[in-house]
Amino acid sequence: MENKKIPTRQSYGEALVKLGEKNKDVVVLDADLSTATKTQIFAKQFPERFFDIGISEQDMMSTAAGFATCSKIPYVSTFAVFAAGRAYDQIRNSICYPNLNVKICATHAGITVGEDGATHQMLEDISMMRTLPNMTVISTSDDTQTKWAVEEIAKIKGPVYLRLSRYGVPVIYDENQKFEIGKAVQIGEGTDATIFATGVAVVEALKAKEELSKRNIDVRVVDVHTIKPIDKEMIIKCAKETKRIITIEDHSIIGGLGGAICEVLCEQPHSIVYGDNYFERPIKVERMGIQDTFGKSGKADALMKYFKITSDYIIEKF
Amino acid sequence: MKITNVDELKKIANDIRKDIVEQVYRAQSGHPGGSLSIADILTVLYFNQMNVDEKMPNSPVRDRLVLSKGHCSPALYAVLAKKGYFSEDELQKFRNIDGKLQGHPDMTKVPGVDMTTGSLGQGLSVCNGMALNSKLNHDGYRVYCILGDGEIEEGQVWEAAMTSHKYKLDNLCVIVDNNNLQIDGEIGKVKGLDNIEGKFKSFGFNTIVIDGNNIEQLIDAFNTAKTTKGMPTAIIAKTIKGKGVSFMENKVEWHGKGPNEEEYKQAMEELNKNV
Repeated sequence: MENKKIPTRQSYGEALVKLGEKNKDVVVLDADLSTATKTQIFAKQFPERFFDIGISEQDMMSTAAGFATCSKIPYVSTFAVFAAGRAYDQIRNSICYPNLNVKICATHAGITVGEDGATHQMLEDISMMRTLPNMTVISTSDDTQTKWAVEEIAKIKGPVYLRLSRYGVPVIYDENQKFEIGKAVQIGEGTDATIFATGVAVVEALKAKEELSKRNIDVRVVDVHTIKPIDKEMIIKCAKETKRIITIEDHSIIGGLGGAICEVLCEQPHSIVYGDNYFERPIKVERMGIQDTFGKSGKADALMKYFKITSDYIIEKF
Repeated sequence: MKITNVDELKKIANDIRKDIVEQVYRAQSGHPGGSLSIADILTVLYFNQMNVDEKMPNSPVRDRLVLSKGHCSPALYAVLAKKGYFSEDELQKFRNIDGKLQGHPDMTKVPGVDMTTGSLGQGLSVCNGMALNSKLNHDGYRVYCILGDGEIEEGQVWEAAMTSHKYKLDNLCVIVDNNNLQIDGEIGKVKGLDNIEGKFKSFGFNTIVIDGNNIEQLIDAFNTAKTTKGMPTAIIAKTIKGKGVSFMENKVEWHGKGPNEEEYKQAMEELNKNV
């Protein structure tokens, strides 16, 4: 991991310009947050294809739907709380139901928004967005993966929710890393536990992996960048190959990554074999994330600790 | 082919009314009141005004129409079927589990439906997207948005109106079906809604107030909208809810139910007299 920390919103803004150069059908809409969501980078390059709709997220979502009916590929940005929350009905009825090709790139997800506090810390968006038919839900963990995702989602015909963060994270993947929508990335072969992580939590899981290995505890990390469609095969494989399952996310434990993994595993046969062990009941899943509460103001790092989603709290479990 | 003969358009509007009554009777469900009030508006748009071709329902340069008050789908379905977008037999299966015609318009199921609607207040924003695309591509097509008067109580309509104004969308024409009634009663009582023209004017629209059940006035208003440059137009179409069926006119109880057999026969008898 390189030391330089890059927020995925920054990666998004940079990738959007590259995409805009190649694909003239891409238009970008924002709701008076282009400096924060980083769509202003695109706006400067392609002013005629950038539309600042003002502080009206519902209007923005439906306007994007209108563009999509005309074969444009709108990338729509605002904070996650205003995208998935405030404009939920527009996303549901005007985008997902008609299966329109709108890419909702929501920044400032999770408690790592920091000082702005609970009203601005979106902790339910994965949950809400993944219940919508036709929707693809992606939550990226670093600069490389985000840049890949921004380009890749343009190739999907249909709505996408891309969850981005304000919080700076180190670069995990080098530029040769291959990603595929719907395929989680397994890091390591450890069998003592699988830590499924998404977004800013992936780095925490990797830090824990490194620390634990010093204590001869060998865990693997699975970066679940696509929450929907979820990589069932990988989840079941890891449940069979490892002794424990932990999930970690900067999101509510209800309905997020942890919830999605539980849904997969609870529908598996009630016996899972790993090594010489044979269990006559579903494998236990330990969900780390925001425990059914609202966030609060503070520095992002301090909040990660406060809400117990840092590597230390993963290590504590062993 | 555009129809310019007013009597012919009146006859088509009457046929549309019969098809509306037929659909809500067959389904024993649906919204006859608001559908009947927009029958003339839709007739003039599809048969006299819009550049559309039923053989090319997805043409990128066609004019678009968004029925933002999606519950009045029977009127849109009747017009599209009459234009030949799909078989008129399909109207018999309105709201039926075996049919394509959903309670509210679904663009993925019905040729000619330009946008899926149903949740009120979203259509004008969608039209802005379409109109902006027309400008961006220099396609030259026009976009029409039909709003209910009760519908404009939704705040998003005014968010969208600001956007229409910001981008000077003179290729956009809003039609407010001002029949004065919503489910719980008169718009002035339910929400204290009044001065619709003043509201749109203050949001930067060119406004035209007409009798929305009058074919000639509708044609004139749409022609004026077409030649108005630098700003969007809002036509406040004063209509009668349930227009054409005596016992449904101005009766809020006909907002959302199908007639029984006796009522159906009486309605059809009245409409047949107009031929």
